[in-house]
Amino acid sequence: MSQWKNLSRGLIRENPVFVLLLGMCPTLGVTSTAINGMGMGLATLFVLLMSNIVVSLVKNVIPDKVRIPAFIVIIATFVTVVDLFMAGYLPGLHEQLGLFIPLIVVNCIVLGRAEAFASKNTFTSSLMDGLGMGLGFTLALTLLGSVREIFGSLSIFGYKFLEGDGVLVFILPPGAFLALGYLIAIMNRLKKA
Amino acid sequence: MEYIIIVISAIFINNILLAQFLGVCPFLGVSNRLSTSFGMSGAVIFVMTLATIVTYLINYFILQPFDIAYLQTISYILVIAALVQMVEIILKKVSPALFQALGVYLPLITTNCAILGVAILVIQKEYNLMESVVFAVANAIGFGLALILFAGIREHMDLADVPPGIRGVPAALIVAGLLSLAFMGFAGIV
Repeated sequence: MSQWKNLSRGLIRENPVFVLLLGMCPTLGVTSTAINGMGMGLATLFVLLMSNIVVSLVKNVIPDKVRIPAFIVIIATFVTVVDLFMAGYLPGLHEQLGLFIPLIVVNCIVLGRAEAFASKNTFTSSLMDGLGMGLGFTLALTLLGSVREIFGSLSIFGYKFLEGDGVLVFILPPGAFLALGYLIAIMNRLKKA
Repeated sequence: MEYIIIVISAIFINNILLAQFLGVCPFLGVSNRLSTSFGMSGAVIFVMTLATIVTYLINYFILQPFDIAYLQTISYILVIAALVQMVEIILKKVSPALFQALGVYLPLITTNCAILGVAILVIQKEYNLMESVVFAVANAIGFGLALILFAGIREHMDLADVPPGIRGVPAALIVAGLLSLAFMGFAGIV
């Protein structure tokens, strides 16, 4: 039962994007379509899960003073794995996400969970936490990507449901800020109700 | 002429914050007060220029000759983290006044994706060393400009009557969106 708590925390109550406001750069940068948002979310999910697992396993071996550089090396390793994997098997998506894949390494949410959770908790708890946070991040990015795609190009996951042009601004950079701003406002309203 | 184009496009057209979304965390984090955003901008200009030079040299003198370009992400982030620490220690000894002004912001910069982003971008764009330095300085100025503008607006927003539903973060994001919309007016200059 307590493991369920670790898993569900990242999904809604402490959602990395809507509540903790961590990892804003990829959130805003790649969500012009739902597919891109989901791809970025899954890539981050993998890195978050693996780094949480490894950090929780080696936490007793790493001296306290060098723990942050050690965590960064662990994270950077998995980011490189994702980067090379996507370049090899998903070249289209890799090109779309571009710079933001190597930048997962400086995504505050990954280092934040390693430092705040995995370095203090057991293997299973860290695994569930990484999974929950990663899923929460993926969910948020897919939602934001869907909203922008629906309004911006009248399609969802690439499937066009209406003829004609959408509201262009949702696809352009300003649309990312505006859409996320209103989504957070709606979330806050729902939480109060 | 080429340098002028790099500078103008980095500051106004492809503004690193408002068009490319690099460094949004500190953008939302430290933009409450005008004074702190000046400090942050100064620190970013300093570190971004240094980091770009160092990572550029690493790329062309270590990673490429030994054919280990796949270590790019790991080596860059470690170098940037070490560099920030070193700058902090040197500043403390050499110029306590400057350290007073920038000190608090330096540790925050390691996780500023704008620094790593620019370091990777100059390699992708295949700039030479001089162009890379100009590109880094221009991007840092663009970052500072957006940050300071945003902080100025947010200071005034404290006095405004914002509807309760969007008070705080949502309002900040919407303001950033409007600012980004304004910067889009620069598109097409170059």
